[in-house]
Amino acid sequence: MAPRERKLKAVAPLVTHSDELPLDKKLLLQMHEMMVKSRALEERLIAMYKSGHGYFWIGGPGEEAFNVPLGLLIKKGQGPAFDFLHFHYRQSATLLAMGEDPIHALRQMKNTATDPYSGGRNFAGHFSKREWNIVPVSSPIEVQYAMAPGTALVQKRHGGDGITVVTGGDAGTAEGDFASCLIWSTRPGNELPVLIIVTNNKWGISTSYATQQGAARLSDRGVAFQMRTKTIDGNDPVSAYLELKEAFEYVRTERKPYLVEANISRLYGHSSASGANYVKDEADCITQFEERLDERGILSKKEAQAVREKWVEAIADMARKVKDEPQPDGSTIFDHTWARED
Amino acid sequence: MANMAQAIRMALHYAEENLGVTDIFGEDVGAPLGGVFTATQGLKTAWNTPLDERGIIGTAMGLAMAGARPVAEIQFCDYIYNTIDLLKLAGNTCWASIGQWNLPMVVMTPVGSGIRGSIYHSHSFDATATHIPGWKIVMPSTPLDAYGLMISACRDKNPVMFLKPKALLRIRGEEQIPGEPGDDKVLSKMIDAPLGDRSKWKPQWPELTAYAVPIGKAKIVKTGGQLTVVSYGRTLPLCVKAAADAGLDAEIIDLRSLWPYDWECIKESVKKTGRVLFVNEDTEVTNFGEHLVRRTVEELFYELLAPPRLVAGKFVPGIGLADALEMASVPQLKDIGEAMQQLAAEAP
Repeated sequence: MAPRERKLKAVAPLVTHSDELPLDKKLLLQMHEMMVKSRALEERLIAMYKSGHGYFWIGGPGEEAFNVPLGLLIKKGQGPAFDFLHFHYRQSATLLAMGEDPIHALRQMKNTATDPYSGGRNFAGHFSKREWNIVPVSSPIEVQYAMAPGTALVQKRHGGDGITVVTGGDAGTAEGDFASCLIWSTRPGNELPVLIIVTNNKWGISTSYATQQGAARLSDRGVAFQMRTKTIDGNDPVSAYLELKEAFEYVRTERKPYLVEANISRLYGHSSASGANYVKDEADCITQFEERLDERGILSKKEAQAVREKWVEAIADMARKVKDEPQPDGSTIFDHTWARED
Repeated sequence: MANMAQAIRMALHYAEENLGVTDIFGEDVGAPLGGVFTATQGLKTAWNTPLDERGIIGTAMGLAMAGARPVAEIQFCDYIYNTIDLLKLAGNTCWASIGQWNLPMVVMTPVGSGIRGSIYHSHSFDATATHIPGWKIVMPSTPLDAYGLMISACRDKNPVMFLKPKALLRIRGEEQIPGEPGDDKVLSKMIDAPLGDRSKWKPQWPELTAYAVPIGKAKIVKTGGQLTVVSYGRTLPLCVKAAADAGLDAEIIDLRSLWPYDWECIKESVKKTGRVLFVNEDTEVTNFGEHLVRRTVEELFYELLAPPRLVAGKFVPGIGLADALEMASVPQLKDIGEAMQQLAAEAP
């Protein structure tokens, strides 16, 4: 069935800087390398799934242009002075941009006992890292929006510039928890420092956004709460970096929420449940970015290819190492049901 | 003596002063009402929330993650059902993150029948709560235990579900809470909010102490040798009275903690009496008492003189408003008394 005609007009314009490169060369090259590294990781995870080295794959190839700048802008650390991060399962690129070692994602894919996020208990992409305030990613696609006001409330009281960042997809905004987040972060007199992000890939598994939600821009949902909002071109790392930077600065200094919708691609489908094959009819942010870097003489295609080969090889080496690591023992199933007593 | 609502209020006051409780919140929990059952009147960290149970549980989780110590209330347990997956998430957060994240949070909610609350103010939650691993679950039947269990809940590093038997919230205790004045009227004048304008009112809290009831420890309310009766919440005092009325030498155990629960206490008693009746008011199908019956059969079969029995609520979609409907839906004094007598008299 064809998507029905949109009746509603967008309030927010689409913000893009895709025809400019106003960032310094070092940052552009750093973002490029992180994007390529993340893609190499996700493609390795998919290959592991397809060759029987994991039960299920889900991740974020296609979202690197948004997730890498996001990771670079996060104030990393533990406790309310630093950013609290309520992520979803498509954000390996954010973690790598924060400095995470990609081998841990491979461990989680292979559900080894050495997986530092969940000890072989959870799917790929379900990160958790307390020393960086990354709260456990879970499979429900909305619950993070309900939890975010809690961490933001502590940060508001704490003072300083630590904020809460919460990320979800467009399909998840249909759940009530998204509305909860808007309401709880804008209680009059108790506005909270939370950067509310929706990555809009236009799909919920096989169901298109256009057939289910009438809002032309998800960012318009924030308008009723007098919240700052914008919709950005999430396939362009320059747009993502500049617009996220502005949003981060607002939330850090004003201690009020900001809703950012990022239009992005979903390049390998929803997950392994839908085949995890490359989708040719969606924009590939890495290809696009490499074209621009080449045109401006910042990075040639040959150099870009060398970066890719470097990371494909490095991550393949990591996968070989992980292959021989032990699986968790069945006798450990009750471990960590309760908090450790000090 | 304090009633249970006052006891909970005093425990929360102690906890916000001494145990690091930072937020006591929920619908109508803050001023001016202080909770629909008055359990949060006058508390300095109490605040009102939007009418959004998922927001309440989610925010409690976030607060706990960021180092705060929240006590969240769901106004009636009938309204907690739309938070079930968040409760599951709270219960598995420590486990799923292999111990990285623990959630020191308390959720309290009034449960059960007894106030003619009809379909959405009479439900129980113990059967459902005990299906959610990763939570500790407590349910007092006296004000002193309510005080002591709340102190323990506010010290715990894990999520604790504090079930408040609403039929007992206004019942005065027979045991004094350490620090409370002996005179009911004096206590009421000190800590109950006045009618009318409360904007200038401040409670005068008594000097309280950290009297704690350990989670996981049952209490033998009455010793006896003829049969064992295990209950909690509203039905516990009914068991005591039913045994006395029938002249039975029953050993009556107030479980107090549903998870973890005091199996040793049950086991020792059943080994002594050979007969056991479990009593609660949640619906009887996949009831927590059924678990206790199963464990009794599997582990104590050769100690038994009669089959273990369960008296529980009827498996009906709701508790009807009319007096006769509520009475027929959940265990009453007469039902419990008859079950005890039958069990005591049962012979192969």
